[in-house]
Amino acid sequence: MRHHRVLRIVSKLLIPFIVLFALYVQFHGDFGPGGGFQAGVIFASAFILYGLIFGLENARKVAPPAVVTRLVAAGVLIFAGTGYAGLFGGGNFLDYGALRADPVAGQHLGIMVIEFGVGTTVAATMITIFFLFAGRER
Amino acid sequence: MIFTLIDIALLTFMGATAFAILRLRSLFAVVMLSGIYSLLAASMFVALDAVDVAFTEAAVGAGISTVLMIAVLALTGEREKTPAHTPLLPLLVVILTGAALVYGTFDMPAFGDANAPVHLHVAPRYLHDSFAEVGLPNVVTSVLASYRGYDTLGEVTVIFTAGVAVMLLLGGRKGDDAGIKQQPVDEDGDDRRADSKDLDGSGGAA
Repeated sequence: MRHHRVLRIVSKLLIPFIVLFALYVQFHGDFGPGGGFQAGVIFASAFILYGLIFGLENARKVAPPAVVTRLVAAGVLIFAGTGYAGLFGGGNFLDYGALRADPVAGQHLGIMVIEFGVGTTVAATMITIFFLFAGRER
Repeated sequence: MIFTLIDIALLTFMGATAFAILRLRSLFAVVMLSGIYSLLAASMFVALDAVDVAFTEAAVGAGISTVLMIAVLALTGEREKTPAHTPLLPLLVVILTGAALVYGTFDMPAFGDANAPVHLHVAPRYLHDSFAEVGLPNVVTSVLASYRGYDTLGEVTVIFTAGVAVMLLLGGRKGDDAGIKQQPVDEDGDDRRADSKDLDGSGGAA
């Protein structure tokens, strides 16, 4: 698809907005529809679009597989780590209220962090699966 | 009235798409139609006021899985073989299962019934107290991330496991760049030998 000028230019214009929309869905999930799952998928779709139009090699330069595969695990660790942070704060596992002195502020912080973890794992997994499927030779 | 019409139109389109998917033997067309089916399902979720689910369905079902299926098509063929056996037995099984499921819905409360059991147990607490307890205007996020945080951790683990499984199945050998091959493998035999040695070792230890 390297020679399709219209596709290249349109996707070049679209990709920043897709990433921006993903970040909006990620951090606005507390107030509107959305959250880590949806944001992660949208974020990954920007990279997948880039990979489709500009080739897998270029996409691997933008999102190095060594980094992306580690992010798959990092998201789960962030989520579970927030749970343990609640334990150390004197609450139960995944009790965000114990993260701060004010329980509601703690809940807000905890949800923000775990949604970030969810988004990281989902986006990294989707990108990895795409790389593996698209990089396979016949 | 208008919502009934929208529901009928969406269901008709979904039925027609599903039937076309069944009949077509060109896999490329089937992949495109399943993307359309997901988009229709996402519209259905919007009509049911489940915007979060619609979001996910549109992004995963219509977007990413379509891309992945096309990537798979590039590895396999584009035509589905005509099945050798008659479709009568599978048809019978599907009809019986469908009839059982429809029969099961007779016991369910009407759609949107405020007195349905699901709306009487914990839902009132979520709706009344979650803003004081969690402080988020979006109750869905409060439930998913806080009240049911343990379940969500499980869901993320499922996605993690799926990613790891795909890496194990399609990735290359240890020491490759994160398991993503730069060139075709030519040492399949070596891999297998190493694997069986590992299995023997663990068996002996156990």
